[in-house]
Amino acid sequence: MANIQEKIAKLFPEAAFEEADTLTVTIPDAQWHELAKTLRDDAEMAFDYLVTIVGMDWKDSLGCIYYLDSTTHNTHIAVKVIATGDRETPYIHSVSDLYAIGCIYEREVYDFFGIIFIGNPDMRRLFLSIDWKGFPLRKDYDMNPDINPVPHENERQSDYTYTYVEDADGKIVKEEKRVFAEDDFVVNIGPQHPATHGVLRFRTAVDGETIKKIDVYMGYIHRGVEKICEMDTYPQTLHFMDRLDYFSAHPYHHCLCMCIEKAAGIEVPRRAQVIRVIMDELSRIASHCLFIGTFCMDLGATTMLFYTLRVREQILDIMDKTCGARMTFNYETIGGVIADLDPDFVKDVKALLEILPKNIKEYNKLFTGNVITRNRMEGVGVLSRKDAISWAITGPSGRASGWACDVRKTAPYAVYDEVEFDEIVRTEGDSMARFKVRMDEMEQSARIIAQLIDKIPDGEIQAKVPKVLRLPQGRWYQTVEGCRGAFGIYIESDGGTSPYRLKIAPPCLPLAAVVDHLTEGSKIADLITIGGSLDYIVPDMDR
Amino acid sequence: MPYDAWKDNEYIEKLVKELRDSGTNVIIGSLDHLINWGRSNSIWPLTFATSCCGIEFVSLGAARFDMARFGWEVARASPRQADFIMVAGTIVHRMAPVLRRLYDQLAEPKYVIACGGCAISGGPFRKSYHVAMGIEDIIPVDVFVPGCPPRPEAMIYGIMQLSRKIKVEKFFGGVNRQEKQEKFLESHPIEGIDDNK
Ligand code: SF4
Repeated sequence: MANIQEKIAKLFPEAAFEEADTLTVTIPDAQWHELAKTLRDDAEMAFDYLVTIVGMDWKDSLGCIYYLDSTTHNTHIAVKVIATGDRETPYIHSVSDLYAIGCIYEREVYDFFGIIFIGNPDMRRLFLSIDWKGFPLRKDYDMNPDINPVPHENERQSDYTYTYVEDADGKIVKEEKRVFAEDDFVVNIGPQHPATHGVLRFRTAVDGETIKKIDVYMGYIHRGVEKICEMDTYPQTLHFMDRLDYFSAHPYHHCLCMCIEKAAGIEVPRRAQVIRVIMDELSRIASHCLFIGTFCMDLGATTMLFYTLRVREQILDIMDKTCGARMTFNYETIGGVIADLDPDFVKDVKALLEILPKNIKEYNKLFTGNVITRNRMEGVGVLSRKDAISWAITGPSGRASGWACDVRKTAPYAVYDEVEFDEIVRTEGDSMARFKVRMDEMEQSARIIAQLIDKIPDGEIQAKVPKVLRLPQGRWYQTVEGCRGAFGIYIESDGGTSPYRLKIAPPCLPLAAVVDHLTEGSKIADLITIGGSLDYIVPDMDR
Repeated sequence: MPYDAWKDNEYIEKLVKELRDSGTNVIIGSLDHLINWGRSNSIWPLTFATSCCGIEFVSLGAARFDMARFGWEVARASPRQADFIMVAGTIVHRMAPVLRRLYDQLAEPKYVIACGGCAISGGPFRKSYHVAMGIEDIIPVDVFVPGCPPRPEAMIYGIMQLSRKIKVEKFFGGVNRQEKQEKFLESHPIEGIDDNK
């Protein structure tokens, strides 16, 4: 990291450095685009993966923190940029031309903080309606429900989007553009549609059966979790993680707990660590089971759902006995887990491990080799490795495109560095590959559980944690491998009992954003295949 | 059931008229029973799931909880063919007008079950700026099923309560009256039908 710092300091004398859990560079907005380009293109740095953009309101100023990763060197860096202009119209230069995912991330920041990104081709609100008053994540936002009441009328729609450009003498001009061409035939799919996996809406421009462009509309389940977290104490924020991607409840909980533990310097007992990992992997199997079921159902193979839910129910029973719930477990706590394992746990898990291979074999027999399946999935929605990185497509979908992005391998946490498992990577990048990666990952998860289940150490399940938990001033970022990709939590603390800012970086937002890129030129029936194989969860992207 | 709902079933209308003319109220009564009985045993849900609670609804459709036992398994993707909406999940500002429209598109008679804390009152998201505090402000609700998420057993119970309600609908004086089921049944006993079973 030291030579990177030196290099940046030489090229950008105005940059300031700060050593937190990630090296943070502070740069004036005027040089930000230049720095981003260097960071991405310099062979020694090669920060080609934009993890997330954290919008910030420091009361006296607004700004963004960009988290960047290098996929070649496995290094991380954070860049802090403070917006220029006044509070009414703060500006930052866009990096959407360097990172494909930047466009959506910047729209999210614009929606929450009102920061305008110069050069972003699509500066519309993302989750909130065009008539929404105020920017909810700003500290001075007025929460009074009378200002933004629950609408009874249909939402006003606009066919236009905006882009802000700098003209020759540095003045910023707003330009209006159409989202679709004037004579495009636009079909609306969703938000209430069984194949969109939740309440997602696609405005689809079609030419006959062929898709020309998709405008993804989100926010139909935007619940404002990040803002509520700022009002809650740290232990109170935990339970929202269950309700984002409800299939990854354990990994997400695990992530937030680890982030808080890292900040507070809490050592988690080993027994709790092992239990957490087993729970994470059980969730992964259950989640992939449900994916296979619903995905096959989308393609018309309804019966598969019954086969796969059988295994899922068995896992839910195991969880039910220990956690006392089938879905929203609230099991991991800061410093450990909330309750000890059920006496039957080991026996039940072993029974599961025994039937799992038979079941996977059955799924393959029923579905994978089927001619119709292969015709509908092979070569459909091909995502190249380069695009996967640029679009920040992590998890099984990214690995199907040849990008080894498993957080359990790149930055092992808990006891993942002690267990043996293979990272499943395929190179085809099509829908079939995404399906197969998940199939194989179930086996690997079973392998991890098998290694740990007989070696759960005795001892405490909960570390000593102060009753009133305060984090020191600072900021932390933590990632885990959720069932659908890399899930990140950013916490900024001002020393109080609740977070000053808690940012959730979900894997599903890029998954939905990439749909437009993947479907362009394919048939409308392939939209269902592609959307299904990406396996996004809408409450996760909307938060 | 409102009289208008009979409109496009002319033969039944004629039959009813005939019966009324000859003053055989008993038969009308039993015909009502028959219709309500039929209805209550084949209520079809709209596939409508916005978030976590919706996944439990999926489990309900699978083999273990098997709602086909009760005649509810025909989940329709189009509101025109469905009888009730199971509002399983949070309803946010952007979704509210959509939910309202779906409700309007349902064919009469139509029913609503508010499933889970979010649909009832905003649930864990009560402090949020973008969540409707209960769907009752948006559409009328027949049955509330509390939980976060309600277990599938609770959902089954909720839908069964709805079908009990439909069975005695004639005596409710119209759909969507939010009277407490038990109290109602106690004060309105019906001969020959034990609704507590
Ligand atoms: S009630 Fe609970 S489980 Fe149901 S949608 Fe709301 S948060 Fe999710």
